Amino acid sequence: MSSRRIFARPARLAAIAPYVWMVLFFLVPFGFVLKIALSQTAIAQPPYEPLFDLAAGWDALEAAFGALSLDNFRLLASDDIYVFAYVRSLTVAVTATALLLVIGYPIAYGMARLPSRWQAVAMVLVIVPFWTSFLIRIYAWINILQHDGLLNQILLMLHLVSQPVVWLSTDSAMYIGIVYSYLPFMILPLYATLAKMEPALEEAAGDLGAPPWQVFWLVTFPLSLPGVGAGVLLCFIPIVGEFVIPDLLAGSNSLMIGQTLWLEFFTNKDWPVASAAAIVLLAVLLVPLLLYERLQKRQLEQGR
Amino acid sequence: MRKVSGLSRFNIASLTLGLAFLYLPILILVIYSFNASRLVTVWGGWSLRWYHEFFNDRAMIEAAWMSLKVALASATMATLFGTLAAVALSRGERFVGRTLFSGMLYAPLVMPEVITGLSLLLLFVALNAERGFWTVTIAHTTLTMCFVAVVVQSRLGSLDRSLEEAAMDLGCNPVRAFVAVTLPLIAPSIVAGWMLAFTLSLDDLVIASFTTGPGSATLPIRIYSEVRLGVKPEINAICTLVIGLIAVVIVVASLASKLSSEQGESAAPL
Repeated sequence: MSSRRIFARPARLAAIAPYVWMVLFFLVPFGFVLKIALSQTAIAQPPYEPLFDLAAGWDALEAAFGALSLDNFRLLASDDIYVFAYVRSLTVAVTATALLLVIGYPIAYGMARLPSRWQAVAMVLVIVPFWTSFLIRIYAWINILQHDGLLNQILLMLHLVSQPVVWLSTDSAMYIGIVYSYLPFMILPLYATLAKMEPALEEAAGDLGAPPWQVFWLVTFPLSLPGVGAGVLLCFIPIVGEFVIPDLLAGSNSLMIGQTLWLEFFTNKDWPVASAAAIVLLAVLLVPLLLYERLQKRQLEQGR
Repeated sequence: MRKVSGLSRFNIASLTLGLAFLYLPILILVIYSFNASRLVTVWGGWSLRWYHEFFNDRAMIEAAWMSLKVALASATMATLFGTLAAVALSRGERFVGRTLFSGMLYAPLVMPEVITGLSLLLLFVALNAERGFWTVTIAHTTLTMCFVAVVVQSRLGSLDRSLEEAAMDLGCNPVRAFVAVTLPLIAPSIVAGWMLAFTLSLDDLVIASFTTGPGSATLPIRIYSEVRLGVKPEINAICTLVIGLIAVVIVVASLASKLSSEQGESAAPL
């Protein structure tokens, strides 16, 4: 018996504690979301009809199943606010992810071309903003984008505009905030694949007469697709459910689904509808989530 | 002449602009925290006035203290569980429920926080748990242990397994081989994982808003409610302090991991 297999036995035991923890605090809570999404709103504390009481026995349980209702989901499908919110979330996420790819790619490409000593420095420089608080980074942009903020001062000084431009509470402010916050998530996976790429392939294409844009489209870009996939998923999935950035930077006339969920929960205290909104959001994200899981697993388990 | 390898002008421009984009807003925020003027946009000379204001703001200080306690406790628990999970995934070969296990660990990395926050709150309500320090700590542990697991697992994956096998061939039992050989080699990644967990917890607004109770707001919750009312120089000062704290944590931890990786290198050519 190899020592590798002997080592595996206690290693498997190490899974027990985190396994129990994740089942209890990650998996089981989804059951509660589903249960409350199917129950009726009530003016009480907590604000929903208790679905079943195990102590009341089998009859009560049967009655409870009879009382399960899809009313909250019907509400979501019939009320324009929710439908618009889902459509808007997806539109914003697609647009922002495309922007991130277009902005992040040249930066990752530039990093991969640096001498290897500088590559490490550049990587640290890209990661460090990720460590500083998300909320602080959004706040920093409110400073810059406000009515008499730095951006308007500069634009006025350069005579590019004659009056201060309204930036805050617009979609442009939101996109700036999203791109700013998620840029490291796009750059790092792109950089990881670009840095591993064999430069001789690009050189060969160039030597065979391909102009630079063709070298890029026919050689570099296709080879970097795994990194593009990882970066896109890493940005797209959380952006769909984003709350803080649209809440602080975008206007309040059209909401993303994360905002409606927040509003239903904290302002309207309608927990069942908020839960139903969460279930639908999860369903929308299921395919991208599964793709991401596969990618992550492949990357971590093959070893890099 | 076109050079395929090496830096082109385009590469240099995109790098410079990219880094400027990442750093300028934070720099501006820090500079304005030292502004004497109450108007955030008018420069009134250097001053520590807003820091003074912060240290006299009882509610803010309490929130900051609460955040620090939660971050310390949850990062430590997350590091323990996350490291165990990483060891199981990278050394445990096949076991029952492995796919579910890795699925549960990778999903929270990208899962929108509104979903995680809401689901945990509903659990706590169903369990009738009193909401406050412990519920936020449990929620943060759940989220951040996944990040720790990924950081440690990627280090374990790149480690030469023959080292721990050699230790076992020389008579160590698996646990001893792990403690004597593997653990020192992955120590830098464990430290990095702890730091990441600490800063993520210190930063989190959404999950904390769902899982905390009345009277125990964390710092981001307080900052958020102030920011919604507009820019205030005091918030710039608090943000600068948080950035400073995180910078200190990063520097200390990277020094520590450098130290231990140097030891690791001297142990490696055994």
